[in-house]
Amino acid sequence: MFNQIAFAGAIEVGFLYGFVALGLFLSFRVLDFPDLTVDGSFPLGAAVAATLITTGTDPYLATLVAVGAGACAGFVTGFLNTRFGILHLLASILTMISLHSINLRIMGRPNIALINEATVLTPLEALGLPRFIILPIVFGLLAIAAKLLLDRFMAGEIGLAMRATGANPRMARANGINTAAMILLGMAIANAFVALAGALFAQANGAADVTMGVGVIVIGLASVIGGEAILSPKTLFRATLACLAGSMLYQFAVALALQADFLGLRAQDLKLITALLVAAALVLPGRGVAVRRMFGRGGAK
Amino acid sequence: MIRCENLQVTFNKGTAMETRALRGLSLDVPAGEFVTLIGSNGSGKSTFLNILAGDLTPEAGSIVIDGEDVTDWPAPKRARLVSRVFQDPLAGSCGNLTIEENLALAGARVRGRRGLGLAVSRKLRDDFRGRIERLGMNLENRLGDRMGLLSGGQRQAVSLLMATLAPSKLLLLDEHTSALDPRIAAAVIGLTLDIVGEQKLTTLMVTHSMRQALDAGTRTVMLHAGQAVLDIAGERRDGLDVPDLIRLFQQVHGEELDSDSLLLG
Repeated sequence: MFNQIAFAGAIEVGFLYGFVALGLFLSFRVLDFPDLTVDGSFPLGAAVAATLITTGTDPYLATLVAVGAGACAGFVTGFLNTRFGILHLLASILTMISLHSINLRIMGRPNIALINEATVLTPLEALGLPRFIILPIVFGLLAIAAKLLLDRFMAGEIGLAMRATGANPRMARANGINTAAMILLGMAIANAFVALAGALFAQANGAADVTMGVGVIVIGLASVIGGEAILSPKTLFRATLACLAGSMLYQFAVALALQADFLGLRAQDLKLITALLVAAALVLPGRGVAVRRMFGRGGAK
Repeated sequence: MIRCENLQVTFNKGTAMETRALRGLSLDVPAGEFVTLIGSNGSGKSTFLNILAGDLTPEAGSIVIDGEDVTDWPAPKRARLVSRVFQDPLAGSCGNLTIEENLALAGARVRGRRGLGLAVSRKLRDDFRGRIERLGMNLENRLGDRMGLLSGGQRQAVSLLMATLAPSKLLLLDEHTSALDPRIAAAVIGLTLDIVGEQKLTTLMVTHSMRQALDAGTRTVMLHAGQAVLDIAGERRDGLDVPDLIRLFQQVHGEELDSDSLLLG
């Protein structure tokens, strides 16, 4: 009931959304900043990369620019919040909705095909291995590298200041930490991760589409929450590992649900299944306590 | 040297709830002096502390620390000169960070610029171990434990260590023992006196207890209705007991002390 290609596909997409989960971990968990920008920064990454690639830019450079664009989007959300005092959730919604127009402007049309273009993945195809094997491996290595980099950053002075900003802003300020700057930086990094996922996703799937960001936030949250449920995140190393594991778990759950014919589920039910998974994680007893504190009734603290 | 001049703070200005928290408060604290600050609820103690820490900006008046006018400096910038221990043991540290991470955060307070280097190096860890040993709370082998696992007293002792890790021109203690049980509170006070004496820190300690206000420090200031109504130091203070302090207050102000909490301890 679970064929080889679907299996490899789930791993591939699992690692790709792992970047989203890492980004959301940074905003939601570390900074305590519920950030919906991702629904816009994911397609932003795809749009920027696809547009640049089709106009002849080197795909690596295009991906890098896409990452920078994502960072800008996160920065804007952080700026709306820290500078103008707009509620974090609302600030992120404003950025998200404006990115829809911006993405259409960037691409000039609702979608761009990349099938015949050289992408960052083209050199890998020269290795002679089938695509469905090489992509999960490459994305896996990239995601693990990103996880380790994030771990190292968090253990550094700025990373520590960022964690204090999210956990106890008053204490952070009393210790000389510019909390607004930390929020701006953290939001930029978080959305850079998400845009990188979008850029790679478009290149792996051969197209960028303005609607590809719908529900990314919920998939990312499902990954973060699911990961925490299976790996209790006592340390930072485990917490970021849980993001990747949760992303993988989510993709397998979805693949299973869609392949189980007796359930009668179809691809269009995906978002509903995701929402149900997240809702279940918030409602279920036990492990859900920490999760609920963050996302559930009563909000943060 | 700390010089506060004519500080004015009004909350909810222009509404029915208007409260004048500070009404032209002036206070000079020479370097190395340990001032204990008392006053009933609503006397302006907390407001004064928040102004000194940079959490609030006064609408009039000025604060000068070592010749530098810091009145408009926000809290993170002020932190280079001013350190602080909060009343709530949970407020001064991050529960989900480890003890050594909290210490590292506090150790970087005056440096301002933070980099990408590891926050807790081996060298720092050895230094922290030595410092935390003197708390006598058996924490020296628990540097990697999360702060949230500590008891309130332990946490407040570590908060005190954090606030005095890097040099400061002014140490603010905001009723930092009032949430602790008496035995632990006494230990934390003892520790406070040791550290302040050793480092010759200019200190401002808010306390609810008149006993503590007279026993600790070198000078006692009483706030009432947003002004300093009593300021005693030296020999005059040495011979003073709690009932004398109450009498003095009544003489100065011409009214009965209304807060029972001031008489406690």
